[in-house]
Amino acid sequence: MSGRQPVLTMTAISKSFPGVRALDGVDFRLFPGEVHALMGENGAGKSTLIKVLTGVYAHDAGSIDLAGQQVSFTGPMQAAAAGVSTVYQEVNLCANLSVAENIFIGREPRTLGAIRWGEMRRRARDLLTKLDLHIDVTQLLGTYSLAVQQMVAIARAIDIQARVLILDEPTSSLDATEVEQLFRIMRQLRDEGIAIIFVTHFLDQVYGIADRITVLRNGRLVGEYPIAELPQLALVEKMIGKELDVLESLDEQSKRDVRAIEAGTPFLQADELGRKGSVAPFSLTIHSGEVVGLAGLLGSGRTEVARLLFGADRADHGRIAVDGKPTALRTPIAAIGYDIAFCSENRRTEGLVGELSVRENIILAMQAARGWLRPIPRRRQDELVDKYVKALSIRPADPEIPVRNLSGGNQQKVLLARWLITEPRLLILDEPTRGIDVGAKAEIQKLVVQLSDGGMAVLFISAELEEVLRLSHKIAVMRDRQLVTELANDDTVDADRVMQTIASGTRHEGPEKA
Amino acid sequence: MSTSKARWAAVTGHALFWPVVALIALLVANTIYRPGFLSVEMKDGHLYGSLIDILRLAAPLILVGMGMTLVIATGGIDLSVGSMCAISGAIACLHISGQPDQNALGGVLVALALGVGLSLVLGAWNGALVSIIGIQPIIATLILMVAGRGLAQLITEGQIITINSEPYKAVGVGYLLTLPLAIFIAAGVALLVAAVTRRTALGMIIESVGGNAEASRLAGIRSGRITFLVYVISAVCAGIAGFMVTANVSSADGNAAGLWIELDAILAVVIGGTSLAGGRFSLGGTILGALLIQTLTTTVYAMNISPQTALLFKAVVVIIVCLVQAPAFRAKFARRRPAAPAAPIAADQPKEQVPA
Repeated sequence: MSGRQPVLTMTAISKSFPGVRALDGVDFRLFPGEVHALMGENGAGKSTLIKVLTGVYAHDAGSIDLAGQQVSFTGPMQAAAAGVSTVYQEVNLCANLSVAENIFIGREPRTLGAIRWGEMRRRARDLLTKLDLHIDVTQLLGTYSLAVQQMVAIARAIDIQARVLILDEPTSSLDATEVEQLFRIMRQLRDEGIAIIFVTHFLDQVYGIADRITVLRNGRLVGEYPIAELPQLALVEKMIGKELDVLESLDEQSKRDVRAIEAGTPFLQADELGRKGSVAPFSLTIHSGEVVGLAGLLGSGRTEVARLLFGADRADHGRIAVDGKPTALRTPIAAIGYDIAFCSENRRTEGLVGELSVRENIILAMQAARGWLRPIPRRRQDELVDKYVKALSIRPADPEIPVRNLSGGNQQKVLLARWLITEPRLLILDEPTRGIDVGAKAEIQKLVVQLSDGGMAVLFISAELEEVLRLSHKIAVMRDRQLVTELANDDTVDADRVMQTIASGTRHEGPEKA
Repeated sequence: MSTSKARWAAVTGHALFWPVVALIALLVANTIYRPGFLSVEMKDGHLYGSLIDILRLAAPLILVGMGMTLVIATGGIDLSVGSMCAISGAIACLHISGQPDQNALGGVLVALALGVGLSLVLGAWNGALVSIIGIQPIIATLILMVAGRGLAQLITEGQIITINSEPYKAVGVGYLLTLPLAIFIAAGVALLVAAVTRRTALGMIIESVGGNAEASRLAGIRSGRITFLVYVISAVCAGIAGFMVTANVSSADGNAAGLWIELDAILAVVIGGTSLAGGRFSLGGTILGALLIQTLTTTVYAMNISPQTALLFKAVVVIIVCLVQAPAFRAKFARRRPAAPAAPIAADQPKEQVPA
């Protein structure tokens, strides 16, 4: 590879935002026909580097050389025209347009200004067939799952004759088969000579596909390594800059006796709770101090269960009891009244209010519960916010900046802080560690353990089985919008067994539901 | 050196920098055209002058703008405020015209109470349509924008009600402590709205609902109530503005009172830096926007610009202010300047713009 010319060279790139030095003299090289993993914790500068490259941000210093030419793009459109295409972490297509329209938006095949719809649909179908995706391209994009939307975004990106393809967290909403499908496409593109920048938090995926790795930390370049020379543990150390033993120590933490927790009245008891078209009737009990894991594939109904328990959606079947008393959780306000909190998996659309400050986002739920006529005194706000910014190490530690300026992991922590200050008795966490780095992930897992030790009930939803196994006292397995079984997380349960249950849907021995 | 540069950048980057520049530019232009423009003189214990006139005439727009700001901050819009002005003015004048002594303070106070009461009801109607039934705000308020004119006509029975009531007239042209009473009313309402939104958590919650309605719902905010409330506030503000508009001319004309004020109000809100998409709002910005619009109107009259070109002149100034204020437009120009290293790609940029 050393004999070849890089297609892209970024030299000494620096970029500052008010109060943050996001990039500090970062170098980056990309060769044609490679998959290059860009690694780093949240806030390390990965996204900023990519946005500088694609012209979303103008860099303060440094130069960008694309195929031997100095470039400085003024926006993603211009970058795409020069052969640098991006697929972002959060799908940024238009849900209210058709699949074909989304793929060709801005560059529709035209005759005298009129769009040639037939050709557009045909080309969209061909393109998706290449990606092994057989869907109706005339349907609205929003009717398809996030995974399909992601594939459509990739189809759009590769159709723009890309020389450099940037995939920013493309797999965070995909399940295992879809990831494999994506990797197949990536290899195919790589063999065609396209240079791929791959940003992800899944370490296994890096080792499954990448050729080289560039590591960033705190806006600085740590180094560039061929994949063979950087084993996984070394990579993690380079990313966080310290020995990683938090995760290991969690494993050793003795799990408290589940029987002791399960004695007594459950905090929450759902009995044949269900909603048509969303999730089949299920029964689930959660005790104080208990972590209940909800495992299952993407779209298996995990989020739907959470939304019913929080009153975000209205159940049309079954009963629910809190502290043994029957009740109706018809609205989030009702659920909050019973000290139930819900951190949605969609931080941006269902969690945070982007333009409000970190402080305002943190106090929002507490303020809402008090009503607008009784504002939380500013001193008290500052105390609370300060405490949680410190406790969860939210960065940057300035509570007055808009929350949308924070990285994904820090946004997640802000959302957590919002609910923690309300001191809930049941905390529902839907994919709290998705799309965030190892360090923050370990911190959040540790927090879950601490909270449940303190008597809080936690419903923990995650696509990562290891995480569910590590934290949960009890695991409920979802499959095809049904709760198929409940497993006590003892020595007999491991990832394989849960995986089998997810795959086959057979009810293993365990507390059977009538 | 660099700190003063940074401070300057912070000033020019402020959302209200360009509206302030435009306002000053208009005042300067007026002064050049007519050197006495800025002078304020005392006559019979009252202050007179163009500046005072601008403040007095801007008062109804400021009032309507206060309510409009809150509505727009929730992501809505209220097109019915002009009709509300006409309705509240009409009901007040109707009541006064039926009094044996039109100058009796009691009768005038009842008239004002009637106007405010009716505004409350109409605001609740708008609020219910939007927050309970879930009609899009632009459609929901369009109903009263159109039907409200009819309602005003019904109240005045298609006539122009002329009254001769000194206490009522004072709302529009009266004086208090050397200044027009209207200025005090507008300032008082503005202060009240500011206190209600910023001294309580209402402002933040409005911004939260406008910024992300679904996230707000999941955080436990009763967004329906908040939405309902802002339409009621907007209606009451418009109702009070209606008193001023009718008191100015001592008559209620269901067709003309408050005509097109909703558009000026929306413009004032936008110039004031509040996004039509909802979210963060600035009451001070709206006041500035209202003053800018009124100054523009006064300028048009003062400079004897012919009525045919007056609207065009206004439009051009507004477009310029909105453009220089728009971040996208400014970013384009900010990029142009240090773009030297980008030259090679910039050269073949037009070629790349051609659709593939």
